Amino acid sequence: MSVRLSMTVNGKPVSADVEPRTLLVDFIRDTLRLTGTHIGCDTAQCGACTIHMNGKAVKCCNMLAVQAQGSTVVTIEGLAKADGTMHPMQAAFRDYHGLQCGYCTPGMVMSAIDLLKRHPHPNEEQIRAELDGNLCRCTGYHNIVRAVQAAAEA
Amino acid sequence: MHAFNYHKASSVADATARLAASDDGRVLAGGQTLIAAMKMRLSAPSDLVDLGGIGELRGIKVEPSGVTIGAMTTHASVAASPDIKRAIPALALLASEIGDPMVRNMGTIGGSVANNDPAADYPAAVLGLGATVVTSKRKITADKFFTAMYETALEPGEIITSISFPVPKRAGYSKFKNPASRYALVGVFVAETANGIRVAVTGAGPCVFRIAELERALGKSFSPDAVSGVKVPATNLNSDIHASAEYRAHLISVMARRAVSQILSK
Repeated sequence: MSVRLSMTVNGKPVSADVEPRTLLVDFIRDTLRLTGTHIGCDTAQCGACTIHMNGKAVKCCNMLAVQAQGSTVVTIEGLAKADGTMHPMQAAFRDYHGLQCGYCTPGMVMSAIDLLKRHPHPNEEQIRAELDGNLCRCTGYHNIVRAVQAAAEA
Repeated sequence: MHAFNYHKASSVADATARLAASDDGRVLAGGQTLIAAMKMRLSAPSDLVDLGGIGELRGIKVEPSGVTIGAMTTHASVAASPDIKRAIPALALLASEIGDPMVRNMGTIGGSVANNDPAADYPAAVLGLGATVVTSKRKITADKFFTAMYETALEPGEIITSISFPVPKRAGYSKFKNPASRYALVGVFVAETANGIRVAVTGAGPCVFRIAELERALGKSFSPDAVSGVKVPATNLNSDIHASAEYRAHLISVMARRAVSQILSK
């Protein structure tokens, strides 16, 4: 069986025929070649696959692509401006060394942006709680928290 | 995952018809449990009927008599609802602690209740508040709904459409999170309803259950001390790598005390 899938990704309309069992993460990475979204655990725990669908952070390794039919999707590649200017959250992660290997980072950044939309002035406890769905093996989270705090104040 | 036929249902009637016409079809709500299971091939339905396009299944209605939540309403919506925070704050609190923000943006109350995971949070609220599960065929009261581990009173092809919660006088929920999965190792929902005290426990047994002794003790004296005076037996409680049955019995007391303190602190 094949489904005609259409959605807007990073501002551009995309369309493709997919098998219903295609995961959204595989559609994004393999069909659209947007490989900034990562597969970390493949079991919806680590959050490396976090993207925005219709303005909300979701784990796209745990969704079928067809569940995003007609939706507006933003991936990590969709954050910076056309001239390369980073999104304030990306800049904060750079400035506060909120990454080492970078594997969790796209998911962390997407999650943190969603966090600030819902809690514009979070305290440290809130930041740590709201990033509960994103795991990092390198940093110990300390600089990630500082990056989010800095982005909140920007 | 294995291949399947996909149908996006236009209505509950359409979904019911599609299920009936399939060999081994299942409904897709938020997919936060089902997709994960299908990826591991623990579940392999012949057909998937997507409820995501049925607008009438989403929504929150708060009336003096009760709160009705559409089956496809996400945990995030319940957690953020000012109406639920006003009417049944413990329900909004419970929803806000399910999984993580991304899971809450997709996971639904209907999916959680129909799945009846032994460590899921919503069954504790449904049983604790004496809610009614409304389906495509009938209404089922909470006390009759949760039957066994991952099993409910739902018949094949029967779809939850909404859940109606009577507004309690007061209620609280306290959960001891498994440090890794953040599911409830033990979660206790305490409510003072129009028909008396209800105490519902999740995470501790194969299925959510009430503790009559705790309900009686709290009925006499609504205080954390009343909880301490009841010995919760470890019989029939889960024992696994996360906790022994004895520890779960102990946690039931602790979480019940915390839920009562939470209620009294408001």
